[in-house]
This record gives sequence, structure tokens and C-alpha cells, in this order.
Amino acid sequence: MDKFTQHQGVAAPLMQSNIDTDVIIPSREMKRVSKIGLGEGLFANRRYTLPGGREPNPDFVLNKLEYENTSILLSGKNFGCGSSREHAVWALKEYGIKAIIAAGFGSIFYNNCIRNGILPIVLDLIVIESLSAEVQENPQSNQICINLVKQYVESSNGKCHSFDIKPAQKVMLVEGLDAIDVTLKMKDEIFQFQHSYNKDFPWLN
Amino acid sequence: MSNSTAMTLFEKIWQQHQVESLDGDAALIYIDRIFLHERTGSIALKSLASDGRKVVNPEHVFCTMDHIVDTFPGRNDTTLMPSGTDFILATRESCKEAGIRLFDVNDPQQGIVHVISPELGIVQPGCTLVCPDSHTCSQGALGALAWGIGSSEAEHAMATKTLRVNKPKTMNVRFNGSLSKAVTAKDMILHLIGQYGAAGGAGYVIEFSGKAVDELEIEARLTLCNMAVEFSAFSGLIAPDQKTIEYLRGKEHAPSGKNWDAAVSFWNQLYSDKDAEFDSIIEIDCQDICPTITWGTSPQHAIAVTDTVPEPSINGNGKVSESVLRAMHYMQVTPNTKLTDLAIDGAFIGSCTNSRISDLRMAAEVLKGRKVAVGVKAICVPGSTLVKQQAEAEGLDKIFIESGFEWREAGCSMCFYAGGETFGHQKRVVTSTNRNFESRQGPETRSHLASPATVAASAIAGHLADVREFL
Repeated sequence: MDKFTQHQGVAAPLMQSNIDTDVIIPSREMKRVSKIGLGEGLFANRRYTLPGGREPNPDFVLNKLEYENTSILLSGKNFGCGSSREHAVWALKEYGIKAIIAAGFGSIFYNNCIRNGILPIVLDLIVIESLSAEVQENPQSNQICINLVKQYVESSNGKCHSFDIKPAQKVMLVEGLDAIDVTLKMKDEIFQFQHSYNKDFPWLN
Repeated sequence: MSNSTAMTLFEKIWQQHQVESLDGDAALIYIDRIFLHERTGSIALKSLASDGRKVVNPEHVFCTMDHIVDTFPGRNDTTLMPSGTDFILATRESCKEAGIRLFDVNDPQQGIVHVISPELGIVQPGCTLVCPDSHTCSQGALGALAWGIGSSEAEHAMATKTLRVNKPKTMNVRFNGSLSKAVTAKDMILHLIGQYGAAGGAGYVIEFSGKAVDELEIEARLTLCNMAVEFSAFSGLIAPDQKTIEYLRGKEHAPSGKNWDAAVSFWNQLYSDKDAEFDSIIEIDCQDICPTITWGTSPQHAIAVTDTVPEPSINGNGKVSESVLRAMHYMQVTPNTKLTDLAIDGAFIGSCTNSRISDLRMAAEVLKGRKVAVGVKAICVPGSTLVKQQAEAEGLDKIFIESGFEWREAGCSMCFYAGGETFGHQKRVVTSTNRNFESRQGPETRSHLASPATVAASAIAGHLADVREFL
């Protein structure tokens, strides 16, 4: 997995609450048993004029010229709620999204982001609304800068906002680690645990 | 002062499964059971195999065909969903290679994962169970710690028998008093989300308790816990009691013989200690709960059936909520409209929320001797093949069919649209499912969430209806 230490890019506002994973990628766009080829289906119901179609809807933020090369999304409360489909994150990643700043996340979606090298950042809604207003004035020049190592978001006017992230998850992103590889280093501990667990709970073995 | 050793039910299960502590409040948690389905499990198995990794305990992994498989009578591997067959074939192949028990398309035990897992006694009190499906929280109803994960996490669980988990905070939602007539577990959870918002449980594992929860049968408890994820909770769970033990007794995968007694004495210790402290507590008076229906595109848009669509709320910045305006436009509803004035085109009974035998009985009681209104397409999809058989043994299928409902094979069906079946563009549907999201049940379909009884009553009336007038 790619390492994530810092990132600067164009941010696009999707300032609603409860943007669910069905919105991020509709079920019908998950066409193959594959993690790739999903970027096209990203936000399909809003991004295209017709269901299943590919004609861009000019009103959708990511289709606007001024938001070209968007790599950061700004949103409201509970982004990525709903279905556990990791396809939502794979689609975002393939599209080029590196980070999402929202007032909260669905917990499965949040973990899926970490697993795929996308940084989910929780800030207060009022802060995100001010970032959104600033970005909208000139999206290409008013880029947002994110520093994961030092845990802050900096807007183009120089204002910094610190954010929290669990240390175990920060390490995974900063070092670009594969969780399975890391866990398998504790194989012996897991084996020993299982051995005594099976004695205590034989009906679960 | 509280006793420092007092623990909540969640903390007991967490501690029993903690292999190692990790940075911060995270831990490596031992996973007892893993469930997969053809939608997201297929990709997890394929990816695991292509990375050259093995499923360490395939005997602890189960898989079902529920999401993509058609529900028409006489179905096979072909699906209305284009490319659906690829998922079915890939799942079958991967399960065979990995040595995983698969509940295949025409297996007599096939069904929706969260229906068959309890039905077969796979989920048990005090165990950890994960599935790449957000409604895995349903299974907490039996006192298990069960939660939804992504496909990558499912690979992790299969390859290591563990997951790296951030410890959630604890919340206790107490439903005080008893439910009124015709009010169900579905109404309880919709009421909760309607009152506290779709993000109200974010960051928490929720223990449901109180007199009304004690009084619920196990199937209804599964409905209650099912929508914990719509409250944005890590999961929901309910302490096992005598009903739980009786429910599991004799089930195929439940403990037997000497193990049964040992398991029961362990299960009897699974409760939150009297002095245990929760990080948050919500109290609900069940007398305040009516049959509840959603008007909008989030489960938090839930109101009593007797209510009208609310005026849009004003945000902290003084603006009308964009999400609410969008929801009203999408659903084509206006403030102050009576819910019961909304005419419907479709009625759906099914899904991991409400497709068990008690749900079908509840709906059949309303439907018996009545006809679905002209112009309403009504469909019932039992949650499992065993539920379907039981319903047929009781003659419920005849009641559904005679009233005008279609009677289907088991699966997730029209709970979500996978490019397959839908009630149609901009059709208004009353549904016993869990998500009223935009286009969830098909492009621009308008979904109103409700209990199976309310769905049945609405199907008869031809508009959203108060089930109490039908009993």
C-alpha cells in the first residue's frame, strides 16, 4: 500500500449529511468480482444524467471544470454510512481521491479507507463549512494541504485545523503497511491464544 | 462509587477475545465465526487466494448465496443482474477450494446470512462473528459481538483468525415499559433513529435492554439489532436470557451433549454487571412509540404513522438543511402532508430486517381475507428456505397469494437493486427493509421503511396506512 504522509490537492464540497455508500457507488455498478474498474461507477447516480448511462451531469460538482483533479472530498455528518461495500472505497481510490474530510463517518467505511490508503479526517461541521466556502471561491488555487504525520489540515488562507486519528491506524497509513502481514508477525501469540481458548470454549472449536 | 471490576456485556466479550492489545485502545481480537456472501465474500476469497494466503480455520467460515441470486420460483445460476452469474460461480469455486460450507442456490438451508446464521445456531452468545455485510449487527440479538466489515477485513479475519479493532465506546439504550398493540421491534428501532439521528450511535457498541426488549422474542430482537448500523453504531447486542437458550437448543450448529451444559453455564454469565458504567445512556418510554414509517431518504426521517411530513429543520448556520430539501424533492413529499395520504405503487416484505417466520405471520394476520389494492405490486420474499417451508406448512403462502402478493424463493431480493429487479422509476414503495436511501431499491425508487404489519396494511389500503385500523 502507498504511504500517506502529506497531501495537497483540489477539494470538492459535497456538503450534505449521510452520503451513503449506495450514493458513492450504486450496487449495479459493482459488475465484476474485482477491486478494479470501479472508478467509473463512482457517484454514478449523481454524476451521470441517466441510470447506467455515462453522459456527465453538468451540475454535479466533480464534473465541473474548476474541480478537475479533485483529490479531497469535503462532506457533512456520517459520510459513507450504510452498506459495507468496500467497492465504495475502491471506486474513490481509482478516481484519485486521497482524503475525505467529513463531520463523521460510517465506521465500516472508515476502516475500509484506512485499509486502502485513503485518509478519513473528522473535523467539526462548522470548520468544514468554512473550508468549503473558501474552496468554492477558486477550487484550483484554494487547495487544501493535509499533514498526517503532524495531524493537521491547512487551508489556502493558512488556517490550520488539527485532527485525531487512532495511533494504530495512523501507523498503517504513514508506513503503508499491509495489515495481514503485520498481524501474521504475531502468529505464535494467536496460536497460543487459540490453544487455551479452545480448552475454555470447546463448543466453539 | 461503582465497582471497578464491574463490566458491561460488551467488555466481557471483548476481554475474552483479546489476543493482544495494540496501540491506543485498539486490540487484536480473536474471531470465532466468519460468514460470507456472494456479493462481497467472493472478492475476499478471490483476493486471499491470489495473494497466496490460506483460510486458517475453514470449518469456522460459512458462506451463503443471498444478495445476487434471483428469487423467482425455479431459479438457477442465471440472474436478472447482468454478470450476477459470475459472482455465483466465483463464490462456488472459491468456497470449494477453501473448504468452506456454502449454502448454495438450491441448498435446503440457503437464505439471507443474518436469517440462517441464528436459525442454524451458528451465531451463539459470547462469540465474535464478522461478515462483510453491514447488517451483521443483527446477530448481536443472541448476545454475540457481531459486526460488519469490509472485504479486506474479511481477508484478514480468514487469514489470521483475528481482526485489529478500535475499542468502541459503550451505550445502553433502554426501552422502558411495554409496547402498545401493533407496535413492533421495527417501530422501536425506527423511533430511536428518528429521535436521535442516523449518526446517533456513531462510535458506540449499543446494548439494548429494558422491559420491552426482555419481552421481545428472539426474531424480533434480531430486527432491533439489525438496524443498529443505521444508527451508525459499531454494533448492537442484547444479553442472552432463557429465551435465547431455548431458541438455540437443538439447533444444528449449537453446542450439544456435555458442551451444551458448559455453554449454557457460560451464557448465563453474559450480562452487564449491575454497577457497570456505560459511556452513554438513552432511555425510551415505549408508550411514546407508534407504528413508525419513514418519509425521506435516511432512516432518521422516521415519524409516527399519524404524523405529517415535518418542516425542514434549520442548521446551526441558519440555513435550511440541504439534505432534507434534497430528500423531500427526491421523495416528492411536502411539509405537512399526512403520511397516510401518500398513495403507493409497491409493497415489499422481506430482507434481513423482517423476513422471519414471525414477520410473515404478523403480515398474514393483516392480509387474511383481504385483497391488495388495485395497482399495487406486492411481493413477499421469505428470509430463508427453511422460513419459506415453515410458512408453507402453516398455509401462510396461500394467504399471501390469495391477497395478491407474489410468493418467492429466499434471498435479499428487492431490499437493494443490483441491476436486477425493481418496482420501477419513481415508484413509491412501502418496504419492510432497512434502507430508504436514494435509488436503493432501483433508480429513483421511493422507499418508505415500515414493519411487515404496516407494509401489509398499506398494501391493502393502497396508501401508507395505520395498521391498528386493520387488527
